Amino acid sequence: MTAGDAHDGGIPSSGSAVPGGPPAPPATQASAPSAEGTPASEGTPASTATPAGSTGPASTPTPAGPAPSAQPVLALHDATKSFGAVHAVTNGTIDLYAGEAHALVGENGAGKSTMVKILAGVYQPDSGELLIDGTPVRLHNPADAQNAGIAVIYQEPTLFPDLSVAENIFMGRQPLLAGRRIDRRRMHAESAALFSRLGVKLDPGRISRGLSIADQQIVEIAKALSLDARVIVMDEPTAALSATEVARLFDVVRTLRSGGAAVLFISHRLEEVFEICQRVTVMRDGRHVLTSELAGLTADDLVRAMVGRQMEERAAGERGVAGEVVLHVEHLTREGVFTDISLDVRAGEIVALAGLVGSGRSEVARAVFGIDRYDAGRVVLRGRQLRRASPTGAMAAGIGFVPEDRRQQGLVMDMSIQQNVALASLARLRQGGLVRSAAERAFAADWAVRLNLKYGRLIDPVSRLSGGNQQKVVLAKWLGRQPALLIVDEPTRGIDIATKAEVHRLLVRLARDGVAILMISSELPEVLHIGDRILVMREGRLTAEFGHEDASEEKIMAAATGQLQEAS
Amino acid sequence: MTTSVTERREPAGAPPGSGSRRLTERVFRIREFGIIAVLLVFVAITTSIQPSFLNQQNLQFLLINTTVYALLALGETMVVVSRNVDLSIGSVLGLSAYVSASTFGHHPGIPILLVFLIGLGIGLACGMANGLMVAVGRVPSLVVTLATLYIIRGIDILIVGGNEVTAQTLPNSFTNIPRATVAGIPYLAIAIAVVIGIGAYYMRAFRSGRELYAIGSNPEAARLAGIPVGKRIFTAFTASGAIAGVAGVLWAAQYQTIDSTAGTGYELTVISAVVVGGVAIFGGSGSAVGAAVGALLLSSINSALNVLGFPQLWLEAIAGFLLLLAITLDRIISVRLMTALRRRSPGVGT
Repeated sequence: MTAGDAHDGGIPSSGSAVPGGPPAPPATQASAPSAEGTPASEGTPASTATPAGSTGPASTPTPAGPAPSAQPVLALHDATKSFGAVHAVTNGTIDLYAGEAHALVGENGAGKSTMVKILAGVYQPDSGELLIDGTPVRLHNPADAQNAGIAVIYQEPTLFPDLSVAENIFMGRQPLLAGRRIDRRRMHAESAALFSRLGVKLDPGRISRGLSIADQQIVEIAKALSLDARVIVMDEPTAALSATEVARLFDVVRTLRSGGAAVLFISHRLEEVFEICQRVTVMRDGRHVLTSELAGLTADDLVRAMVGRQMEERAAGERGVAGEVVLHVEHLTREGVFTDISLDVRAGEIVALAGLVGSGRSEVARAVFGIDRYDAGRVVLRGRQLRRASPTGAMAAGIGFVPEDRRQQGLVMDMSIQQNVALASLARLRQGGLVRSAAERAFAADWAVRLNLKYGRLIDPVSRLSGGNQQKVVLAKWLGRQPALLIVDEPTRGIDIATKAEVHRLLVRLARDGVAILMISSELPEVLHIGDRILVMREGRLTAEFGHEDASEEKIMAAATGQLQEAS
Repeated sequence: MTTSVTERREPAGAPPGSGSRRLTERVFRIREFGIIAVLLVFVAITTSIQPSFLNQQNLQFLLINTTVYALLALGETMVVVSRNVDLSIGSVLGLSAYVSASTFGHHPGIPILLVFLIGLGIGLACGMANGLMVAVGRVPSLVVTLATLYIIRGIDILIVGGNEVTAQTLPNSFTNIPRATVAGIPYLAIAIAVVIGIGAYYMRAFRSGRELYAIGSNPEAARLAGIPVGKRIFTAFTASGAIAGVAGVLWAAQYQTIDSTAGTGYELTVISAVVVGGVAIFGGSGSAVGAAVGALLLSSINSALNVLGFPQLWLEAIAGFLLLLAITLDRIISVRLMTALRRRSPGVGT
């Protein structure tokens, strides 16, 4: 299937609950003209209201469970949340029914985490409505969410390492004896009871420091159980688990469902979504795209709904001609982070490294540049092997590195524009051990013109610039060294569209001038737009390589989420 | 399948893991056992060299010297456990000592209880100011209490001027407080021990006490767990201040000559005692009992170095060295504890 295939009606949105509402086409990118303003967001909510009771012939063994309820336990409608100028969620809508496991999927940056924090009471939405059992509520803080029966299991478990497992479960709600003293015995007994309900063996008395991630998650789940939570949100709970641990977790999810809880399950692994969930909500660019029964959907359908964009036309003829190999990475391995990474980047070529956040892309880049150590393999630049863990060596050999987090790692925010631009080239601007301000200014002014930097004065602190112009300063800083290889990690994150295009043009121009570029990006349009070759990482390994002619968002997402076989 | 809903209550069978729980509790206690063992070994060595170390007079002297430090350590423990620090206690003690003791001169015949209440009030006010700035103003406690250390000392100096309170102005009933004994043990030491016991029990057995540990162990998780973090931290600083206020009155009764330098540098001695006593400096674990034993150990070291005839000039260097030794021990113990726990972790899937 390709993006153009019509599949309206191919997805049985078995709800059709809204009277007169047509069975909305859930994924409408086929008709969408551009990335922005897809009609999907307006057209789809029709397919939402689906009582859990009508789950139909789901593939998972559905326990009889509680009787189907007419109204959702929890409903969030049209929530918005902005951070300054960044709109994290512009249309957050989700309904959860008792006894269902409901998947929330979307690309990186689709707004899933913001939704989780809204439900957890950590963020307060700017607008929108949150209903619990049909009653509007406001969650002012995490305690409110807990009291409302919402438990959140974060991707990173949030335990108290110094306290016992039982205390972690019951913190703030410990069973009491006379005189409001904590009843430790009962607390331990109840913890043990929770663990036996979950079918695990954990000592309630032991300190939680040193527990495996899986056991830490079990403690979090026991906490949710002890709260008698009716809504349990799991934010990528399987990200750090092995297959057996995932199986155990899924047993727990089934137990929770049969106990009448609603589980909101967030995962990038679509096969897990199909295994454990009954319904799915897809988000894209902070918007609700579709809500539907999973039965009858394919992973392909979901990927398409998640991606949902028309490809930007790439400017033909702007390609550089790939020359000799500049960067040669051989079997690079860092235990537990990435495994057996081999890749080449040639002069004049932009190699895009795609994959989900956490798949190990940035870590590979950091290892190549020498910030992090690696356990095995080697990095060769222009025929010379680089010392491991030596950024100075990497710089001397001709690598430039534009990190993901420019505010923290790319720039000295309080220093001036010209100082930041000159920072990596001080050796060249030095005379008799001193950096002359005039030389620094001339150098910076030259680059400011070349990169079309918009600024007031070169002596203004770099913090005054917009995000896009800050990124240009970081680029200028490295370009001033005339690197043979430029590594850029998320080069256009948080940059407005116009400047984004400018950065893209700049990278393409650099490649044409013979620089080898390794670009890490989570934005698939960007990857497709300027990548000459596209490598995809998944869970620390390279899983696919595409030339820019045969790459598509669907194929990349499929490789990144482990759905390779479905993308044909 | 609806049966699975009904079987959710009570555990089946005997309370599981009671054997392993005892073991964990033993492991927990090792922190204090360790420091007590160090203390006993130290006393034994000192006594074998100089038997007079253990005579009644010296022991009484030792206990009385420890009381103020041990009491201050209780408040400091509450603060440190929550991953904060209170550097202002020495200044609070000084201000409270002078103001409370000088009331005897201004109002002869004033009830001693009232004098203690004055000290308590001064301490409460200072502690609440610290707590507000840390909990509401979100300023790091190191910065806040470093500032109040100087501010409160400055106020003290302004009030004292060039004066001092001397023993003549203090009634005997007041100056006798540290001297009264029962069966050779100073009353005051017993009273302080009881107070510390109550404090430690509060931190161990009450929700708000446990929440201090939770905050120190993982502040972000504490917030997510719905713990009123600001309120708890405010309370800890208030308690620390109040305790320092009362300690100031006791200090006045003990030393009887009070000028504007009273209690200078006490904060560091007390933090040393707290750390030596097994309270983790970054919060989350340790107890007030351990901190009190730590204070006793520091006093013993000082006393022993005197008794053994070490030159006075060596005292600070040796005390500092022993502090380092104690922290190293603490580190070794916690590393061992971790590996021991890992080994016996009932690892499902690990």
